[in-house]
Amino acid sequence: MSPDRKGTTLEVDVRVAFGGFDLQVEQAIPAAGVTAVFGPSGSGKTTLLRSVLGFEAGSRGRIALNGDVWLDSEAGVDVPPHRRPVGCTFQDGRLFPHLDVAGNLRYADRRSGEANAVSINHDDVVDALDLEPLLDRRPNTLSGGERQRAALGRALLSRPRLLLLDEPLSALDRRRKAEIMPYLLALHPRFGIPTLYVSHAVDEVALLADRVLVLAEGRVQAFGGTIEVLEQLDLAPLTERFQAAAVLEARVSAHDDQYRLTWLDLDGQRLSVPRIEHLDVGESARLLVRSRDVSLATERPSPTSIRNVLSGVLVSLHQDESSAFAEATIDLGSHRLRARITRASAAELDLAVGSPVFALLKSVSLDTRAGR
Amino acid sequence: MNLPELGPLWLSLQLAASATALLLVLGTPLAWWLSGTRSRLKPVIEAVTALPLVLPPTVLGFYLLLLMSPRSWLGGLWVEVTDTTLAFSFTGLLIASVIYSLPFMVQPLQAAFESLGRGPLEAAASLRASPLDAFLTVAAPLSLRGFLTAAVLTFAHTIGEFGVVLMVGGNIPGKTRVISIAIYEHVETLRYAEAHTLAAGLLLFAFVVLVFVYVFNRRLPVHVA
Repeated sequence: MSPDRKGTTLEVDVRVAFGGFDLQVEQAIPAAGVTAVFGPSGSGKTTLLRSVLGFEAGSRGRIALNGDVWLDSEAGVDVPPHRRPVGCTFQDGRLFPHLDVAGNLRYADRRSGEANAVSINHDDVVDALDLEPLLDRRPNTLSGGERQRAALGRALLSRPRLLLLDEPLSALDRRRKAEIMPYLLALHPRFGIPTLYVSHAVDEVALLADRVLVLAEGRVQAFGGTIEVLEQLDLAPLTERFQAAAVLEARVSAHDDQYRLTWLDLDGQRLSVPRIEHLDVGESARLLVRSRDVSLATERPSPTSIRNVLSGVLVSLHQDESSAFAEATIDLGSHRLRARITRASAAELDLAVGSPVFALLKSVSLDTRAGR
Repeated sequence: MNLPELGPLWLSLQLAASATALLLVLGTPLAWWLSGTRSRLKPVIEAVTALPLVLPPTVLGFYLLLLMSPRSWLGGLWVEVTDTTLAFSFTGLLIASVIYSLPFMVQPLQAAFESLGRGPLEAAASLRASPLDAFLTVAAPLSLRGFLTAAVLTFAHTIGEFGVVLMVGGNIPGKTRVISIAIYEHVETLRYAEAHTLAAGLLLFAFVVLVFVYVFNRRLPVHVA
């Protein structure tokens, strides 16, 4: 379904040092699908992106996409930014304020040339991002979300071989984020441009990314498939406490039209979520469950308003003596779930590693993409 | 009322317009370079550019006169090539004007370019715009106010300069007698009525130009990136 060219790779082996900060990344990243560059503020995510774009003059090492060398300090190669076929959006949008949205799109469209290997149609971009009503508006009259949509459109129309998105949601409030998310999710399936998505938010990463590169203090901490990385990695030091989460992949087993629900099958256990319109029975859906939305019980609870209860085995319990909280990891078979409960509850329930528990899911976020 | 000759006024306008046009061409790349460079030469170049602001016009005029005299290398070369002297000619006056008005062009432009920040130019580069393309299509339109301020200051300062003009150009009717020199001469020869007419005319002209600039400047959009 995604028209990525097979076997393309973004080779990154760079070192950028300035003012006491030192970024060292050596990683071959498959140039296909969406790769999240994830880490806390100050971990070097944006510096890495700018280095790939050619904006970090102090970059040393090697950067190449599918054999096209953009940086090779030993050979004296440093392709200037405007000759690197990379599109990007910036945290602050950076639309040209003297042009309207149509003018901004045209700016990219005209310069990216028809001869380019990537064929992206102007009208498709306008359609995919619903830019039609914004075309004659000036950037200073747009909301934050509209600005990011226009910036995404402009980046796509530069017909890049690699798309770099630098925290497109970070400047937005929760409601605006929810507005933009569907567009972001639709972007890769529709245009198929390999994407690096920089973010410090676990939920964005979990929903959008096929694989994750975790950065901390300028070094790669982990690299791999999203589900594995988020499952295995102890994200606690990297994320704000409230962000810890797990990703589950479940299969649609039935739709319930009376209650507008969709039933999902997760390794033989049943879950229900609000009706997913675009998925058919048999397709898979990706779910994000935040640890703060999971409660634990030692017996199957009598009926409550919480619909989703999963049984599993407690495999670890980390108690943070300096706070009221403990983090539990529950094995569900092929998936793991995290729960954030109080230490007092853990003691009262007499939780022990290896004992069976029931996880009560207060809420579940859903990836709206079709299964893949 | 004794009407003075209007020749000096036209000469002044011609000189100021030519100097402004030349400085737009020469000063813009210099200001652009200064706004973006990390070269160690930057403070030296900035100091040289600002010299006309602090030097008495007579000092500048004196050295320019020496340089333009047929006995100097430049003046001599000029005589050989054109068969005219540079000193006491309109061309000499124009060269002098370009030099002493340089900071009035470069400094507002440099400030305008610096206030753009790197954001818009990086965005342009990420859309395949070459540095020249990015300058013409993004930096320049976003710096319209800076260009307007620089051009008006340069024009006005060239009209008003007296010391350098007197040293380099002298007082040759139709060639180097600009309006400030004409007023000076009318006063010296006690023809106050003519001096008044020219002086008042210049005063009115300056006022009208400035009002126009401020009104126009208010209507120019301010671009907040």
